[in-house]
Amino acid sequence: MSKAIPEPVTRLIEAFSRLPGVGPKTASRLTYFLLRAPDQLTNELADALRELKANTRFCSVCHNITVEDPCGICADPERDHRVICVVEEPLDVLAIERTGSYGGVYHVLHGAISPVNGIGPDNLKIRELVARVEAGDVDEVIVATNPGLEGDATAMYIQRQLASRDVKLTRLARGLPVGSDIEYADSVTLMRALQGRSAL
Amino acid sequence: MARTERAFRTDAIILKRRDFNEADRLLTVFTPKHGKIDVIAKGARKPTSTKAGHVELFTRVDMLIHRGRDFGILSQAEMVEPFLALRDDLQRGAYASYAAELVDRFTGSEDEDQRHLYNLLDSTLQRLCEEDDLRLVIRYFEIHLLGLAGFQPELNECVIGREPVMPEDQYFSYVEGGVICVRHAVRTGQLIDLPMVTLKLLRHMQRSPFSKVRSLKVASNLHEDAERILLGYITFLLERRLESVDFIRRLRQET
Repeated sequence: MSKAIPEPVTRLIEAFSRLPGVGPKTASRLTYFLLRAPDQLTNELADALRELKANTRFCSVCHNITVEDPCGICADPERDHRVICVVEEPLDVLAIERTGSYGGVYHVLHGAISPVNGIGPDNLKIRELVARVEAGDVDEVIVATNPGLEGDATAMYIQRQLASRDVKLTRLARGLPVGSDIEYADSVTLMRALQGRSAL
Repeated sequence: MARTERAFRTDAIILKRRDFNEADRLLTVFTPKHGKIDVIAKGARKPTSTKAGHVELFTRVDMLIHRGRDFGILSQAEMVEPFLALRDDLQRGAYASYAAELVDRFTGSEDEDQRHLYNLLDSTLQRLCEEDDLRLVIRYFEIHLLGLAGFQPELNECVIGREPVMPEDQYFSYVEGGVICVRHAVRTGQLIDLPMVTLKLLRHMQRSPFSKVRSLKVASNLHEDAERILLGYITFLLERRLESVDFIRRLRQET
């Protein structure tokens, strides 16, 4: 980077460029915006960044990101603790919570098995899931990994690990999303949608 | 095909994909006439995307790609061959990951004709769906991939003395990329054993079509030996460990 730019500015630009989806141009734009922004804004941002790591931790039960341990969902006596929904990422928990139609608890894997990227079962919270099933009264494990090759591989691996345990294993149904068009659907999705059709 | 054309239609096999921007996916695809290309599938992570289901890993897709500045832009995509068994069977899927990883590592991003390697990958994915002996499929793939990538292991003559090697126990040199006979072995370091049966298996795979290889009944220890040599040679050439290998080994151990 050019010597005409002071060092603190380059540092922030480089820091921004490391964020997902942020290129060098966006990074510079954000940095120069902050340079001209009121102090209050930059201070709030700096505090928020610092506290992000300092005040959050992983829930020791479901491994979601939380302030309290165990997290709000795991500590809620109203929820059905015998049903565990397994998701890849913390954001998936939010998506399922938004439906308002799930009353069980969660287990966050923090990724999916992806041999090409060097992510194996040991990099995920699969062992913790098995331990959780072994330890307590669990009736059903709902595998809600993404419907793609990695998510499928993860689901199959979990199935292997839990095969000998006395627990019902289910997978989220697959089919056509609302607002889509059959004409554009791929053959795999259509096939699974046909297999999983339901009575009108 | 002219290099300046703005859009082209091609068959492509998806080797890698990662999330990009808000709802896009960046795909690394392998094509017969343009080699390996990075392509952006805009909006492919939205549930209503018309491309979402058509850009799955290790599928063969009919694509319309526009040239962009850094990446190609995927305008249309229609899945042609889903290779379903790779999705329904953990082991088959893991071997497919390995095959895709090798193609990715052994190719650069030059726009070049790669139809032989493309056909090899395509038929390997098909075989990984159908065959019983997956290790045979993968070893066959490795040895032909090495040949197409310009690292064909020399199995017929000694790489030092250039005399034909007899079908007996020999040595293999990663550095020289081939067999070294017992007579010349003393003068070179870093050799690994290449027993006669393994040499015969490798030679047979190198010169025969898969239809002749598939009927072989290969014992487990011979498989291990062939894997040791080929994987060792590949790791030496790439100067790095291959990510998918650990997972395959682990699955093998657990079953």
